[in-house]
Amino acid sequence: MACSACAAPASLLEAFPEKRAALEAYLSSLPIGDDRERNRGLLIQSLHRAQGLFGYLPEEVQRLVADRLRLHLSEVYGVVSFYSFFTDKPVGRYRINVCMGTACFVRGAGKVLDEFKRYLSVGEGETTPDGKFTLGALRCVGACSLAPVVMVNGFVHGNVTPKRVADIIEQCD
Amino acid sequence: MVHLTINGLPVSVEDDATILQAARTLGIRIPTLCHFELDCFEVEHRMGSCRVCVVEVQGRPNLAPACCTPVAPGMVVQTNSIRATNARRTVLDLILSDHPKECLTCPINGSCELQALAGNLKLTRVNYEGEMSHYPMDVSSESIVRNLDKCIMCRRCETACNDMQTVGILSGVRRGFEVVVAPTMEKPLSETKCVFCGQCVAACPTGALTAVVRVDDVWAALNDESKRVIVQTAPAVRVALGEGFDLDPGTISTGKMVTALRRLGFEGVFDTDFAADLTIMEEATEFIERLHKGENLPILTSCCPGWVKFFEHQFPDLIYMPSSAKSPQQMFGAVAKTYYARKMGIDPKDLVVVSAMPCLCKKYEASRKEFGRDGYRDVDIVISTRELIYMLNEAGIVFQQLEEGRFDDPLGESTGAGVIFGASGGVVEAALRTAADWLTGEDLPRVDFAAVRGMQGTKEATVTIGDLDVRAAVVSGLGNARRLLERIRAGTADYHIIEIMACPGGCINGGGQPFIHGNTDILEKRMEAIYRADAGLPVRKSHQNPSIQKLYREFLGEPGSERARELLHTGYTPRQNI
Amino acid sequence: MRIETAETLKEYAASLRDGRPGGLRFRVLVSMGTCGIAAGTTPVLEALREEISARGLGESVEVVETGCMGLCHSEPTVEVEDLGSGTSRLFGNLDVSQAASLADMVSGSPGALVPMVRDWYYPEFESNERGCSQARIVLRNSGRIQPERIDEYILVDGYQALARAITSMTPAEVIGVIRASGLRGRGGGGFPTGTKWQFAAERTSDEKYVICNADEGDPGAFMDRAVLEGDPHSVLEAMAIAGYAIGSRNGIIYIRAEYPLAIHRLEVAIAQAREKGLLGDRLLGTDFGFDIELKYGAGAFVCGEETALIHSIEGKRGEPTFKPPFPAIAGLWGKPTIVNNVETFANVCAILRRGAEWFRGIGTEKSPGTKVFALAGKISRVGLIEVPMGMPLRQIIFGVGGGIRDGKEFKAVQTGGPSGGCIRPDYLDTPIDYETLRALGSMMGSGGMIVMDEDDCMVNVAKFFLEFTLDESCGKCTPCRVGNKRLHEMLEAICNGKATAETLSKLRTLALIVKDTSLCGLGQTSPNPVLSTLQYFAEEYRAHVEEKRCPAGVCARLITYVITDKCVGCTLCARNCPVGCISGERREQHSIDQDACIKCGVCYETCKFHAIEKR
Ligand SMILES: Cc1cc2nc3c(=O)[nH]c(=O)nc-3n(C[C@H](O)[C@H](O)[C@H](O)COP(=O)(O)O)c2cc1C
Ligand code: SF4
Ligand code: SF4
Ligand code: SF4
Ligand code: SF4
Ligand code: SF4
Ligand code: SF4
Ligand code: SF4
Ligand code: SF4
Ligand code: FES
Ligand code: FES
Ligand code: FES
Repeated sequence: MACSACAAPASLLEAFPEKRAALEAYLSSLPIGDDRERNRGLLIQSLHRAQGLFGYLPEEVQRLVADRLRLHLSEVYGVVSFYSFFTDKPVGRYRINVCMGTACFVRGAGKVLDEFKRYLSVGEGETTPDGKFTLGALRCVGACSLAPVVMVNGFVHGNVTPKRVADIIEQCD
Repeated sequence: MVHLTINGLPVSVEDDATILQAARTLGIRIPTLCHFELDCFEVEHRMGSCRVCVVEVQGRPNLAPACCTPVAPGMVVQTNSIRATNARRTVLDLILSDHPKECLTCPINGSCELQALAGNLKLTRVNYEGEMSHYPMDVSSESIVRNLDKCIMCRRCETACNDMQTVGILSGVRRGFEVVVAPTMEKPLSETKCVFCGQCVAACPTGALTAVVRVDDVWAALNDESKRVIVQTAPAVRVALGEGFDLDPGTISTGKMVTALRRLGFEGVFDTDFAADLTIMEEATEFIERLHKGENLPILTSCCPGWVKFFEHQFPDLIYMPSSAKSPQQMFGAVAKTYYARKMGIDPKDLVVVSAMPCLCKKYEASRKEFGRDGYRDVDIVISTRELIYMLNEAGIVFQQLEEGRFDDPLGESTGAGVIFGASGGVVEAALRTAADWLTGEDLPRVDFAAVRGMQGTKEATVTIGDLDVRAAVVSGLGNARRLLERIRAGTADYHIIEIMACPGGCINGGGQPFIHGNTDILEKRMEAIYRADAGLPVRKSHQNPSIQKLYREFLGEPGSERARELLHTGYTPRQNI
Repeated sequence: MRIETAETLKEYAASLRDGRPGGLRFRVLVSMGTCGIAAGTTPVLEALREEISARGLGESVEVVETGCMGLCHSEPTVEVEDLGSGTSRLFGNLDVSQAASLADMVSGSPGALVPMVRDWYYPEFESNERGCSQARIVLRNSGRIQPERIDEYILVDGYQALARAITSMTPAEVIGVIRASGLRGRGGGGFPTGTKWQFAAERTSDEKYVICNADEGDPGAFMDRAVLEGDPHSVLEAMAIAGYAIGSRNGIIYIRAEYPLAIHRLEVAIAQAREKGLLGDRLLGTDFGFDIELKYGAGAFVCGEETALIHSIEGKRGEPTFKPPFPAIAGLWGKPTIVNNVETFANVCAILRRGAEWFRGIGTEKSPGTKVFALAGKISRVGLIEVPMGMPLRQIIFGVGGGIRDGKEFKAVQTGGPSGGCIRPDYLDTPIDYETLRALGSMMGSGGMIVMDEDDCMVNVAKFFLEFTLDESCGKCTPCRVGNKRLHEMLEAICNGKATAETLSKLRTLALIVKDTSLCGLGQTSPNPVLSTLQYFAEEYRAHVEEKRCPAGVCARLITYVITDKCVGCTLCARNCPVGCISGERREQHSIDQDACIKCGVCYETCKFHAIEKR
């Protein structure tokens, strides 16, 4: 699946042999046996590891995990699609997550999120066409005192107002 | 035993019973949708998710789902309190609010469990209208249509595919209102390892999963002056067809079926059982050959395309084990388009072969690229038992009133061995009947091998033939097949011959048969009818079928001859495990 | 180095106490929880370190990075312990420039900083002489020890409760103490912990499991995070005690992946406990062995529900299943399993050390002990507090919480997260415990308290919670999957001015049925925010429906921003409007193109002349 816009390589696994090796090494370190049920118990941590390495979980990565844990790919995909932490789409270099927890909400996070959507012309969970920003919402990072809170690649901006949105985006570079 | 009261009536039931089961013993019906049980296969799907079965249990804060709430001593249950009935109606209302109400044009109009429930509760309008889920239809395969707009998330298909069949391509995807059941990576079914057994279709209470319907194509062929149209009917069709016309399950309607097909306009009405006999000729020959050489054992039968597709995807390392014999449907097609066409002076391109099958996978099988030659297909159109019922109804044929007809020659004559192909165990039994005669060079009196009959998923028998103890195994249902194949892989299964059928119980329980809605007694009756039909036939061994003998004499030569290999055998392709 | 017996553990603790460097005079505790770090504590810490080493105070002053002190409103926060006098002082809202003053203080000079008043006491070793409203049991160590050093935990009686349990008590006695203490599950349900343990203990099975539920999904609740970041060993120790009580040697902590720091601290704590022989085989020379494994969540609120949590550990989609069977009978891998919340566990060691009677002496009869609440929203003193059960809401919000921010009017407090309800001012004197909150149509939940003021629209708040439910419902059962969707659609209609009186009655009827018929706790409680606002703020609903008016001025479709003649034409609003829909000449009254306006309210907030009105 080569995408001309972002010139993604045809195969992530081929493009990054060292990441593939790291994932394989991790999977080899797991106590995988004949009992599919027990193997499944290793699935979520494997997906965490895989997403940590590749940034997202395209089909080929899910297949690698499925094959090694001897699970059906459909089960793996069912799990990936259930948990909001996992994504099978590439994410932008900057992951902007607006906290939509209750504390942030009552302090106006909705308007902040709307402003991000408007400014970047993307919806929640979407990535800008240039692959730079992925906009998302999350629920409470436990920094409610700074509400509304926006996380950019793990960095917390506190007391954000719609006016500051442009600043935050400009700062990314 | 546990004592409780339901609607004021005392009742005692087993300790592990549910409220639903207890209510049934009192003749109280509680509606269900997601609940699904197939007793004889030990399939039990207790999702507790649709919530149409909620009842009031004294002392509990919330309503309880009858289908999965265990009874408790002294429990006091009200199934029809105003609170419970209101809730049930509202739950149905909610289901319908996210459901296209297109019963009149729905493929399963008349056999839909949701439609029946709505009929019973007589909801006169939907109160809670709102956004509906919408998905593109999946019409990618020859066998199954997925229209998930009609899915109610009962997940019965998942249990059928993943737990019972262990094909494992269905899974819940996403969550919340966006949740849906979908094949691997939400690919079209045709791009997955789905084997088209249709067990999910049989399990689905609504029109979300239905068969591809080819009735129009059959009508078109029958009305095309330039075509000569013949039909073959599989053994399991005749023991289930009557159910479509309110005949008792287990009625054998071979004769009426033949008459009906002739009335529809088929110029030849033939029997797949004939081809089943042919299959035995080839398979038994191959079996004896392997026995003599002592290699490649066990031989696995190959007449079920669902099973064939299963091992191609999931056990490609064992691909050398199954017999190379084609399935009866495809043998029939190949012989019809060569031997029969030549005999009748028809250009095979003008001959249309229609199959009436209990099976949805046969639709796919007929489309496999290896089954045809010189630009034509061996089998042109496959319809299921259910579609045949639609056609007869449409043609206004009053089935019950039909006289008994007889199959046409030369592809209509068959033996009891061909008939029993329709039930799990039949193929091995038929093969043993012939192999035993051939190995001993005698016409042995023994034809019944009861050990391989019955609904159990895995059966075994050791049969002494001359000085040889032949160890046979029979499995039906792909879950059982998987377990056996894993034993074979591990080297812990020691058999000479193994029959595998994708559908639990065999073709009598095929995905194209009339719906049983969880009533497995119907399957028992169909199976029993198969063996009754066998017992009633004068000839019960395939190699003694005069038409078969003639076919070899006139056309094929010997079993395993070059022409037989060309027309009656096939090869397998490893496929992706997706 | 392994600690081989209960005796050596005591000796080791004593040696740590005596082993403090002689010259040590001050400990400076710096709050380094996730929140503290986000509020900018790291530079303060660095500056402080520099000052101290520059002044050569390394010998006499120890700088300790602790977990959260719970004083969100005053982060960055530092506590200075004077080991000589045994007193301590708290300083809040620090910045880098104040590092020097702090350093002055620990060099002996009085320092220019004004300390904060500490308004909690530690019931385990302090009596409440000062009349503190807070009592810290769960948070006893958080903010007071360096969580990444097991020795600091051992110094404060760590692992003594475990030692006592496994060397001098039978499992039945341990369960007996927990039962007698009346401890109830802090994960929301309030189920008696001892009874749960008893059920699991009564089962015979080759394997059993002790699971700590650290999924903490309620938005606005962060006490579990604080405990795990600040005092991870208290949870590990309690889990081992639970394992001994029910006959299990397998512990699992299911923690949400959004808490990287807590995960890190747990990993460190587990490794250190293993090294000391406080986890693993043959603890303290007994036959009892116990070990703990971490499992990560992956962003699904419903996985806090125990059956869903178990499925998630098993690698499945986190869909709940019908109970019975309860996990205590058939849980993880079909084996007897207890699932307890972090805060529940954090109480256990204190109870075993001080006894059931002591615990019962705090809180109310039916709900003994304390509860940690996360105060957030429009409240002055945002933060984590721990108070005895039974404290009236008024005291929590206006006492401990310092009242409403910016002098606004209190409108409601939402407790119990998405499962809870909104409580009106006239119920503020209710003493809170599990039962009273439920009677008010709300829930204890995990202890989030979101305070709302006059600017909050309660219909919009109800809609917000349903949005959350819609996002987080697993989608398995009809009432929750479709019912909540319909409820949400009705609320949207109300907020958009498209609803009728019929909508309101349908909303209520459906909400009740969704509660009554849903499969798991999520759906059974998700209509609570709707029902409680419908009950307590009926007027506000009516205004939306009948007058198409949002009294709080929140629902965008129902408000318009209008520039009045107070406008002096300063152009500020026009320059700030994100869609550029304000026009007007300099020094002339401006106007808003209503069709283009996205109702973001920026102009309203920007205008210095209050010339813009919300209608
Ligand atoms: C939707 C839902 C979410 C829940 N989330 C949590 C949670 O995040 N943390 C928690 O400890 N319990 C949560 N619970 C409660 C747990 O199911 C369970 O009752 C609890 O962990 C038991 O521990 P306790 O008895 O110590 O409270 C949740 C329940 C439901 C229905
Ligand atoms: S699935 Fe059933 S209820 Fe739905 S349209 Fe078809 S027949 Fe009607
Ligand atoms: S049942 Fe009602 S909707 Fe259906 S065809 Fe008859 S009249 Fe029409
Ligand atoms: S047809 Fe068979 S294999 Fe295919 S999805 Fe249905 S049950 Fe699974
Ligand atoms: S497709 Fe059919 S069987 Fe499967 S979940 Fe939907 S309604 Fe149920
Ligand atoms: S068992 Fe029969 S009905 Fe089922 S897939 Fe095989 S051939 Fe078809
Ligand atoms: S109530 Fe909601 S979260 Fe719970 S099982 Fe039903 S759909 Fe899933
Ligand atoms: S509310 Fe926002 S969009 Fe509307 S005029 Fe004011 S600043 Fe512009
Ligand atoms: S900011 Fe206020 S005063 Fe200035 S132009 Fe806008 S409305 Fe007028
Ligand atoms: S609600 Fe946003 S950080 Fe807690
Ligand atoms: S039949 Fe009981 S919940 Fe569906
Ligand atoms: S100080 Fe840590 S939660 Fe606020």
